[in-house]
Amino acid sequence: MKTTQELQQIATQVRRDILRMTTNAKSGHPGGSMGTTDWFVAMNFNIMDFEPKNFTMSGEGEDMLFVSQGHITPVIYSTMARRGYFPVDELKTFRKFGTRLQGHPSTAHNLPGIRMASGSLGQGLSVGIGAALGKKMTGDKHLVYTMHGDGELEEGQIWEAAMFAGAKKVDNLIATVDYNNQQIDATVDEVMSLGDLKAKFEAFMWKVVVIDNGNDMQQVLDGMAKAKALTGQGSPVCVLLRTKMGYGVDFMQDTNKYHGAVLSADDLPKALAQLPETLGDF
Amino acid sequence: MTHYEKQSMKELRAGMGEGLVEAGKRNENVVALSADVKGSVKMDGFAKEFPERFIQCGIAEANMVGIAAGLSLCGKVPFLGGFAEFVTGRVYDQIRQVVAYSNKNVKICGSHAGISLGEDGATHQTMEDIALMKALPNMTVLVPADFNQAKAATLAAAEHVGPVYLRLGRSKMPCFLPEGEKFEIGKAQLLSEGKDVTLFACGHLVWEALQAAEALEKEGISAEVINIHTIKPLDVEAIVASARKTRAVVTCEEHLFNGGLGDSVAQTLALHCPTPMEYVAVDDKFGESGTPDEMLTNYHLRAADIVEKVHAVLKRK
Repeated sequence: MKTTQELQQIATQVRRDILRMTTNAKSGHPGGSMGTTDWFVAMNFNIMDFEPKNFTMSGEGEDMLFVSQGHITPVIYSTMARRGYFPVDELKTFRKFGTRLQGHPSTAHNLPGIRMASGSLGQGLSVGIGAALGKKMTGDKHLVYTMHGDGELEEGQIWEAAMFAGAKKVDNLIATVDYNNQQIDATVDEVMSLGDLKAKFEAFMWKVVVIDNGNDMQQVLDGMAKAKALTGQGSPVCVLLRTKMGYGVDFMQDTNKYHGAVLSADDLPKALAQLPETLGDF
Repeated sequence: MTHYEKQSMKELRAGMGEGLVEAGKRNENVVALSADVKGSVKMDGFAKEFPERFIQCGIAEANMVGIAAGLSLCGKVPFLGGFAEFVTGRVYDQIRQVVAYSNKNVKICGSHAGISLGEDGATHQTMEDIALMKALPNMTVLVPADFNQAKAATLAAAEHVGPVYLRLGRSKMPCFLPEGEKFEIGKAQLLSEGKDVTLFACGHLVWEALQAAEALEKEGISAEVINIHTIKPLDVEAIVASARKTRAVVTCEEHLFNGGLGDSVAQTLALHCPTPMEYVAVDDKFGESGTPDEMLTNYHLRAADIVEKVHAVLKRK
């Protein structure tokens, strides 16, 4: 377990990693990665129960995480490396030919920590439900977590899965929505308003926790602890995590510009100047 | 030639259903999922025998595929069942990402496949499913020929580690293969030896091919009949060996020309042993309503149609 301050320091380093990885690869998705960095750091270091060196595909005896919006690989890989799944130095291979760090998560390249491919949106909640049912069948008391983009909720399969999990009382499952109101073409409100998202999940028989500021480490820790406390009570749990896409660099925030666009080599130092190195760059 | 007797008329989907119960008895990790069609796809026997291992997914096939993939992670051997069109074409991208690309131990049972489904009409009569499933890396594609073989194929799928698509028809069809015969994935099944032409057949058309061979025998034409129950991985060796021997090939299947057994055989022949070949298949069109018999006859998938194609291919020899 890390202190909140230690987690904040890791998060700053992860944001540096994200920017350096994507500029190095000349492609990738920094925006959503930076918005969810605090959540990923909290999950990897304090919330979830798992041990990287004991990784198994079955996840027996540990918590499992499925990231449904697979495009945020920069934050996934950086937090995995910082947590000890693989050497930090390997981050420089992100998206390069022959890498284990594929553009979207893959099980085809033997990267420990990844159990399912994602990238084609809307599928991770179903997978998480399957794993949660598997844990119930095998008597494993550990939890299954999923992560989703808010734009991703436009996929119909999400609502098939939401209906199933509520109706079948899959109560060892916590699904978090990165609620940043940004997607590729415009804001989510403009593309496809989600309306009262909390009420929607509640109508599907879920318990809902709202984290008002998903870029505040203490709020993330408290909110996820609250979500964990709601498991095992006959309902799946949804966390609505309010974040800012591109959080951590002033000129990358509050815009969808950096959803799938990377900083130029000229802009990178300006951004990194706002994120002082804490653990050492890769 | 070797003669086969019609023992009974039985549904292939029911063979899968019996096989699934048996697989469930042999392995406690076998689980089944269905999308509100457990009776139609004959999973009700399994659901009754193992209620705690049956998952009712409702009318939501995409979600069912993801749940099956998730279950496989935990050591389960999930069999998901539905109408073939709705567990292949409808959910192609889901199968591609979380079953085939992720290489999970999920078994996809597509019932009501092919035009012999009959009265439901073209929306339900998939004749593209073999093409879709065989296009996916890591996927094994099984098309058993009768009830007994459907049961054996189900047991083989349960033991095989990796994604499997199992194609099954709805209608009662001749049951002619021995009960309890082991199903060897990837191994072509020589049903009758011949020397003038080879009939490579799969699914319901294996019986038609045997009937065609009987008719051809009366004309003095010796037809070899080989059941290609595994479209992928294809038994290239057996296909090439037979084509080299007979120098004329006809493929027989209840599928579109594009992407089915015929294309797999044509590709094999082109690469290894160019040989005159004709297709008995449906030529780039959708089906319609009618009885199963009317469909097979009017879409030219009968023994008589196979005989006609044999005459055509022999002229090209």
